Parts: sequence; structure tokens; C-alpha cells
Amino acid sequence: MSVALETHSLCKSFGALTVADDIDFRLHTGARHALIGPNGAGKTTFVNMLMGALAPSSGRIVLGGEDITAAGQAARVKRGLGRTFQINALFRRLSVLDNVALGVAERRGVARRMLRAASAHGEVRDESMELLATLGLAEDAGERILDLPYGKQRLVEIAIALGLKPKVLLLDEPAAGVPSVESHRILQVLDKLPEHIAILIIEHDMDLVFRFAQRITVLVQGEVLVEGPPEEIARDRRVHQVYLGEQRHG
Amino acid sequence: MSAHAGGYSADPRVRPIEWLPWTLALAGFFLLPEYLSLGARILIYILYALSLDLILGYAGIITLGHSAYFGLGAYVAGILAAKTGITDPMVQLVAAAAAGALLGLTTGAIILRTKALTLLMLTLAITSVCLEIANKATNLTGGADGLSGVVVAPVLGLFRFDIFGRTAYLYCLVVLWAGWWLVRRMIYSPFGTSLTGVRENSLRMHAIGAPVYWRLVLVYTLSATIAGIAGGLLTQTSQFVGLNVLSFESAGELLVMLILGGVGRIYGAFVGPVVYLIAQDLFAKQFPEYWGFGIGVMLVLVVMFARGGILGILDALQVRLRRKS
Repeated sequence: MSVALETHSLCKSFGALTVADDIDFRLHTGARHALIGPNGAGKTTFVNMLMGALAPSSGRIVLGGEDITAAGQAARVKRGLGRTFQINALFRRLSVLDNVALGVAERRGVARRMLRAASAHGEVRDESMELLATLGLAEDAGERILDLPYGKQRLVEIAIALGLKPKVLLLDEPAAGVPSVESHRILQVLDKLPEHIAILIIEHDMDLVFRFAQRITVLVQGEVLVEGPPEEIARDRRVHQVYLGEQRHG
Repeated sequence: MSAHAGGYSADPRVRPIEWLPWTLALAGFFLLPEYLSLGARILIYILYALSLDLILGYAGIITLGHSAYFGLGAYVAGILAAKTGITDPMVQLVAAAAAGALLGLTTGAIILRTKALTLLMLTLAITSVCLEIANKATNLTGGADGLSGVVVAPVLGLFRFDIFGRTAYLYCLVVLWAGWWLVRRMIYSPFGTSLTGVRENSLRMHAIGAPVYWRLVLVYTLSATIAGIAGGLLTQTSQFVGLNVLSFESAGELLVMLILGGVGRIYGAFVGPVVYLIAQDLFAKQFPEYWGFGIGVMLVLVVMFARGGILGILDALQVRLRRKS
């Protein structure tokens, strides 16, 4: 299986504080990989470095065999990297449709056009509507994000990222803040994501992680503690000590 | 006249009520011939406010230095007319637009790397620098005495600027219409929608691969171009340029006009200058010493009770009426 995304000795320090320490990581094409760790382990920092929102202090990031360490965020997205945010980062006063269409238009190279009306770009609207329909959000297309329940807002986060047709999708706590009765809907959506997309999920909901991931990396204080299949991680005593406590999985 | 916003499901067609300002403007030409000079000034300020609305209302770029581009446009048109003998109004206007665009591009490329208070301070600094240059370059600008001797040839070789302001009024109206058409078209375009996206959440715009910085530089340049044209119009219609066009007060006054009308609505830029300049004219006639007090009270009331400006009040009333019926 080919490698979709990898990092080599990735480090990030803020002065004397090291938040990512020599991280070697591989995400294979079509993988369902989870990144877990206690609060402050450096998970979101790692995602921010992958996306180009944060420059690493040292190390390399390779996407599809191409070194993207120095590439900007826009260039990385164009090369197939997409993400969702831990805390919703939506266009709150825009409609659900426009939230998704903005991303689709960027991908299609339509967004810079100035004189033709946005609504005349039927291909953007149709693709966005299709995507919303697959996520069960078609009926909410005209709703403003402000008026949408939180669980659905989390789904819009995923819809925006999918609109970019990513090869690698980084999901930063997709079920964060969603009541447990609604989180199964998120899991259903995650299960139906196209198989060719490599997915790296960061999540605190261990039930979701162990049901979704085929491989898990545990990050502690900026370092990779252990990596392996879920059953191995569930048995690992070090993981129990630093993260899972006495919970048992697998 | 509710807020105009682009989007992939927005209907871009001009609504019947959007012809109201143009109908009123034409009616004003025939019914209020003694106020055409004030009318031309109002039309210029509408264009100027429209340029500010584009960056503030739609792209979320906060500025107190838009007078730099307005003033530069005014001076370029004036210098061409008074110092080089280029009297064709179209050439002057194109030069004013080009100067505004160039300054917008160069300054925008620098200041748009910053945000919030730093950005605000930098916009102020640009205006201050331009003002000081104009003040010192007396050979070109006339310094504190202003630039007089501005000669403007008939528009298209046919319509001479007259003492009653008829040509000036119609000329400004046509240029404003072109500016409005361009801005409106842009707002409803994918580019305009992406600007709204930047205003709403630049973090997400980065994450969807939008070149946020360059998009802001582009809209800033376009806005500066329109402001430059407005400045050029002011010079052509008043045939004089004073340092006040570059002042911080001018930029602040523009911001007040836009807030008064309603930010991010296109037509807030129409209503604000009309109300502000007419109120200023009335207050100045009735209470020459205290006209600023009247404007201040008006602004305080709008900011406290109508965050969406005058158009925001009308919107709220419309919603209430719909709920009742």
C-alpha cells in the first residue's frame, strides 16, 4: 500500500517548550488511522503543522511523495490535503450550501471570477448539493449555520472538507461537543467516507476511535509513545498508564 | 434595500426597488436645480462610500485611511489639469483611477499582512504620510493654500461644466452608475462570495485553499481605484483641491457616513452620504456653530439603537410588518 502522507523527524518548539518531538509518522492510502493522546499531547499542533498553519522547527512533511514542508496552506490543499477543526470554523452567517460551495468553488478554480454571478455557476451548486445530500444535510442547505443544531454543524465541517476532494483528510475531533446520542450519526458518516481517502482522526471519544480506526498512534508530550492496531493499543500498559486509565477496549 | 450578499443561491437580478435611488437622482436633477452642486458632491461621496463598503462591509478590512486614495485621485486629476494642461476629463479620471490603484496595490500589499489594531494604525499612517507629502510639495499641490487653476474640458468634447452644476451632476451620476454596476456585480460573483468568506472566517478560508492575502490585496486595490475616481470627480466638479481631501477627518467622515447608512449593504453607501451631507448642510445653515453636535447626536443614536444603520432600521421594520401580517 502506498504512503499518502508521512513526516520525518518533525519537531516544533516554542522557546524552551517542545510540543512536537521528532515525530516520524506514516499514513497509507485509504488508511483509517487515529491519533490519540491526553490533553496537551500536541495532536492539534501536529495537524496544524501538516496543514501548513504552523511551521515546524525542523523535519519534513511529504504528501504523495512530494516534500510540502515549505508549501503554504493553499498549495497543500490543492495537492489533496483537507481538514476539519476541533472547534467549528464555519461561515456562521452564511447558508449551509454556501459553506460547502465556497470550498468547491476554490477547488474548481471558480472562486476568483468577478463578473459572472456565483449562482450562475450551476456546477458548483449542484456538486455542493450532492455532497450535502450524501451527508443527509440537503434539507438544511438554505439554513444559516447560526440556526443549525451543533451536531449538524459538525457534519458541515466534514462536508466542507469533502468538497475539496482530498486525498488525505485530517479530522480534528469530529465528534467534539456532540451529545453521545448524536455522535453515532457522525460515525455513520465517517464509515461511509470514500475508501480511497486516507483519514487521520484525532478523537477523545475512545468508542469512536476503536470502532473506526484500523491503526492508532498514541502521542504523549509531543512524542510518539506507541503505534499499532487497536487491539494492540488497548492491551498496551503504557497507554493505559498515560491515557486510558483503567478503561478496557478491543 | 435589505443587505446585499452574494452566494451560490442568491438571485443577482436587480430588484425593482434598486432603481429607486436612480429615479430619485434623476428626479432631483429636474426638481431641485438649485441644489445640483450639493447633489454632485453627494454622488461623489456615494461612490467614495461604496469603495469603502467593498473592503469594510464585504471583506472586513477595517481602515481609517481611505482618504489617501481619494486624495491622491483628487490631486492627480488636479495636477494634470492645472500643471500639465491635460484637460480631458476622461484622461484625468483614468489617471486618478490608476494612481489610486497603484497606491492601493503597494500599500495594500504591505498593510494587509497585518490585522486589527496594527492594520488600523497603518492605514492612518499612510494617510498621514500622503497628507504631509501634499503639504510639502507646494510646487505641485499648492500646499496649504490648495491647488487652484484646475481646467476641465467639456465631457466628450460636448458638455461643458457649467456654473449651475448640471453637467457635473449628470457626469457624476453616470460615473457612479458604472461604479455601482461594477461593485454590485462583484459582490454577487464567486469572488464577492469568497470575500464574505474571508470576513466571516479567514481561518477556514485558508483551510479550503483560498489565497486569502492576495484576494484581500486585489479587493483593496479595486476599492482604492474607485476611491481615486471619486477623488478625481471631486477635483473636476469643484475645480479645486485642498489638503482636506487627504485628512484623517475626511476618512473618518466617510466611515461615519457608511455606518449611518449601513455597512455591507451596498445601498448603505447611498443612504449614508445623502443623510449626512444634507444634515450637515441643514445644521450648518441653522446652527453654524453647533452643526458638529447635531451630526454627533445622530451618529450616537444610530450606533446605540440601530447597529445596521438606517437601512438596518428599515429591515427591522420590514420584518416586524411581515410577522404582523
